[in-house]
Amino acid sequence: MQPFAYQAPTSVGEAVALLADPERGARPFAGGTDLLVQMRRGLFAPGMLVDVKRIPELNRIAFDPTEGLTIGAAVCCAWLCEHPAVRQQYPGLVDAASIIGGAAIQRRATLGGNLCNAAPSGDSIPAMIVLGASATLAGPKGTRTVPVADFCAAPGKTVLRPGELLISLHVPPPAPNSAARTRSGARYLRFIPRGEMDIAVAGAGAWLALGDDGVITDARIALSAVAPTPLFVEAAGAALIGQSPTEAAFAAAAAIAQEAARPISDVRGTAAQRRHLVGVLTRRALHGAYQRAKGEACDD
Amino acid sequence: MTNKTLVSATVNNEPVEFLCEPQQSLLECLRDILGLTGTKEGCNDGNCGACSVLLDGQLVNSCLVLGVEIEGRAITTVEGLADWRGLHPIQQAFLEADGFQCGFCTPGILIATKALLDRKPNPTEADIRAWLSGNLCRCTGYDKIVRAVQVAACHLNNTCEVDA
Repeated sequence: MQPFAYQAPTSVGEAVALLADPERGARPFAGGTDLLVQMRRGLFAPGMLVDVKRIPELNRIAFDPTEGLTIGAAVCCAWLCEHPAVRQQYPGLVDAASIIGGAAIQRRATLGGNLCNAAPSGDSIPAMIVLGASATLAGPKGTRTVPVADFCAAPGKTVLRPGELLISLHVPPPAPNSAARTRSGARYLRFIPRGEMDIAVAGAGAWLALGDDGVITDARIALSAVAPTPLFVEAAGAALIGQSPTEAAFAAAAAIAQEAARPISDVRGTAAQRRHLVGVLTRRALHGAYQRAKGEACDD
Repeated sequence: MTNKTLVSATVNNEPVEFLCEPQQSLLECLRDILGLTGTKEGCNDGNCGACSVLLDGQLVNSCLVLGVEIEGRAITTVEGLADWRGLHPIQQAFLEADGFQCGFCTPGILIATKALLDRKPNPTEADIRAWLSGNLCRCTGYDKIVRAVQVAACHLNNTCEVDA
């Protein structure tokens, strides 16, 4: 790796000041599981790494039944997946965060980094999109909030402006307008040739909410590795609203997701295989989300 | 020009101080500065697990940690497993169960096994295979490694039967 300077500030203000100075060429550094690999490959040669793991706001998990879940951008996947409230309230997020790398990567890789790396295959991104998550950014001109669905602009590109730092991710309460939290559910699934430690050939996240009459009142579907960015397929979720949660309704929504996918053929799979997988994974993710909405465990 | 930082940490329960540059990984610091060559460099990008160490008791790939990050932290490498009594029960189990052939991946697998058994003393075979998915082995085909972890668990839990 090229030489660089290293700073580990303890406040957001200090970090933003370091990142905003164009002379430094600084980049935020959390788990390093993508960044250091990319630097060794010569993709980046930052003048400085700003280690954000000592900033309290970036190292916090907070859950409140009415406010929802706030995940600091530097929280590692293992810690997130072991958090009792996250396990209980957001199993769809655990589906994705628990399959990013193996045990050692899990202890370094962060959800914030997975989002900022903006890989089309980033597993946590569709999982966050379907949960309606948003990202809080701090920059030289103040803070702003961006829906995770709008965060990735192209492979490796995000809406982060120069000097901006991802502070935290916010996930709404599991069922925002309902006292009965078990009435919504989410699931993320991906296909990989190995059992673990691999990059998605394709992935699908689904979330749905059920009304008292058992009819779907809201639904969201998002895909990974089938477009230049993780893909929010609003039309597929919208098609489920007002429907009964049947396998036929799930298949119809999955067909819309397949239409929306824009897969390419590469070393991991062909476009045709990916489009096929979108159908299978979306149906299964909806099925799992429905099971969780009913308070049942997923059967696959 | 060098831009060296003084790092104070604990490695295998001993206090250490060393000078390193920010771009030096923990793996490089362990091997090239501290002379602890038990930890191996395989892929240097987080895929193979040969460089596995414990950072404050947590399993990490030392190639993806910067040396400057470990200020004030505690590291355990494979050299920290055995003590004056002899081999660690995990090491003994790998000998008994033939859990290695060439041995290059073994330090990382021993450390990963310690991390697993510290948090889950009675893992299932599926738990072991999933946990070790980040540790690649070219020789064994993994079955004997899995068996060695099972033997290690029974040694540590004092549940081994005579022919284990």
